[in-house]
Amino acid sequence: MKIEISKEDFNKSLHRLGDEYRIYAPVAMAYKGTFSDTDSIRYKEINTLDEIEFNLKSHFSPKEVILPITQVLFYFTEDQYKEPETEKKKLLVFLRACDIHAVKRMDQIYLENGQRDPYYQEVRDTVKFVLIGCEKSYRNCFCVSMGTNKTEDYSLGIKPVGDQVLLDIKDEELNAYFFGEEKDFEMNYVTSNDIKVLIPEPHQIAKDIAEAPLWREYDERCVACGKCNFVCSTCTCFRMQDIFYKDNENNGERRRVWASCQVDGYTDMAGGHSFRKRHGDRMRYKVLHKVYDYNKRFGYHMCVGCGRCDDACPQYISFSTCVNKLHDLGKEER
Amino acid sequence: MIDTNVYMPIKSNIMEIIQHTDVEYTFRMAYKGEVKPGQFFEVSIPKYGECPISVSGIGEEFIDFTIRRVGKVTDELHKFKVGDIFFIRGPYGNGFHMDDYKNKEVIIVAGGSGLAPVKGIIDIIHQQPKDYEGFNLLVGFKSPDDILFKEELKIWNEDLKLILTVDGAKEDYRGKVGLVTQYVDDIIIKNMDNVAIIIVGPPMMMKFTVEAFLKRGVACENIWVSYERKMHCGIGKCGHCRMDDTYICLDGPVFNFSKAKHLYD
Repeated sequence: MKIEISKEDFNKSLHRLGDEYRIYAPVAMAYKGTFSDTDSIRYKEINTLDEIEFNLKSHFSPKEVILPITQVLFYFTEDQYKEPETEKKKLLVFLRACDIHAVKRMDQIYLENGQRDPYYQEVRDTVKFVLIGCEKSYRNCFCVSMGTNKTEDYSLGIKPVGDQVLLDIKDEELNAYFFGEEKDFEMNYVTSNDIKVLIPEPHQIAKDIAEAPLWREYDERCVACGKCNFVCSTCTCFRMQDIFYKDNENNGERRRVWASCQVDGYTDMAGGHSFRKRHGDRMRYKVLHKVYDYNKRFGYHMCVGCGRCDDACPQYISFSTCVNKLHDLGKEER
Repeated sequence: MIDTNVYMPIKSNIMEIIQHTDVEYTFRMAYKGEVKPGQFFEVSIPKYGECPISVSGIGEEFIDFTIRRVGKVTDELHKFKVGDIFFIRGPYGNGFHMDDYKNKEVIIVAGGSGLAPVKGIIDIIHQQPKDYEGFNLLVGFKSPDDILFKEELKIWNEDLKLILTVDGAKEDYRGKVGLVTQYVDDIIIKNMDNVAIIIVGPPMMMKFTVEAFLKRGVACENIWVSYERKMHCGIGKCGHCRMDDTYICLDGPVFNFSKAKHLYD
């Protein structure tokens, strides 16, 4: 059902939803940006519409809401593991089309690749998505090339217009919260980005692509900070970490923490073996995963074209440029 | 709460500890359940963490882990005594499918601690030699001090065709010296089309041993390898073990070389 309601009524509805849901949305955190006098747009719990940053792309993805940066898997004593109490409230997350597509990628790994991940499943069972349509394309976005600029997969679509809010309610459960006049409208989505990416067809990726000279540029340029992975809405790697409490060393937590394939130590095994020592090889590992290897396994590309990796890179490395280089290389070799 | 938590480890008792070298012990752990040679478990000690360890022996009520003291978890493990407990979850990975090797001339080449994951196969073939057309075992260690499973090697030497070599040794060492690749040509292969060659060891050892067999005319399809990679979860989530589109923990660690030759890190 598509309706129009006033901001005021919308906020009242949000307030009522708050009894049952934790509501997360992109929020501008003043002066927290990378450069002086800039904001950082990150996901935070909100109570009212005005807190939501609708006009800018979030620097971090909503991934951190459903797949926490640090998540306690167990509390342990010397001889016992105990699961943490689970969150009672459901989740309502405001996000853009590319990020909804990214959730499908997270589902693929955490629910379909091997056994189901119980922690992720539990969050996923309770989360509903609110689509923020994109009025315009942002810097470094290439969602149109990835086919992720549009989605129908949401519970609620939101389009603020002046003092009014247009809502596309797809989830019956939410009908009970929002009351307004029926009004037809279309959700915004972009149909063109400044950046266009051509993805090489699988047969255009040479068997010895790892040897291609294009990766060597990144040996020096990439500083292996891992920012691209942490802002990526589709990166899902984690590492296990046991910590113990200072006041009682026999008690502690087993946690999982986001991991980056670009950062030193990712492949280190006990005994000293490691792989991909050169930063360019790590770049290759990441790029090929996003536009080649993942597709080979699951039948669609991992990258959703949000461009956050390019936004975040302190060395101005462009992922989209790299993919286009790969495409050109494939053409040459044919 | 969570119904079935795949990350929840179970307690297991240490039934026996066998010391092979200064840094390598085999822990015999109480365990009931189906396990295949080549599969692995995530072994853990609260506050030290988890690490993947392959099974080196399988019994009705136990499994063996042969563990080298090389990291945070394993350093701590080596302080444990018989009767102590540690935590395990698994088994994970595909393991070796014994049906692939039945009625074939089986050749196993193991380097160092690579002997652990294939020991289960050796045990099976040792017990049922008639199921196989032939069996050769080629094992290499760094030095005489690094030799694992000394007791078993003695028995295997009597019952099986075994070549045991060390990379280097003092002058008075009377056994064979040299890399395993030097001995590949000493193994008699009756029918190139009916061999099953299993190679497990450090990356470089596997690379060159595979090459040596390919040079002798063995087809890729008749060679199997087992890969070791960093793993945090063992169940296809943490991403660390992925090689191109392949998860070593789910699709491996055992691969036919016709597949493995295409894998890159």
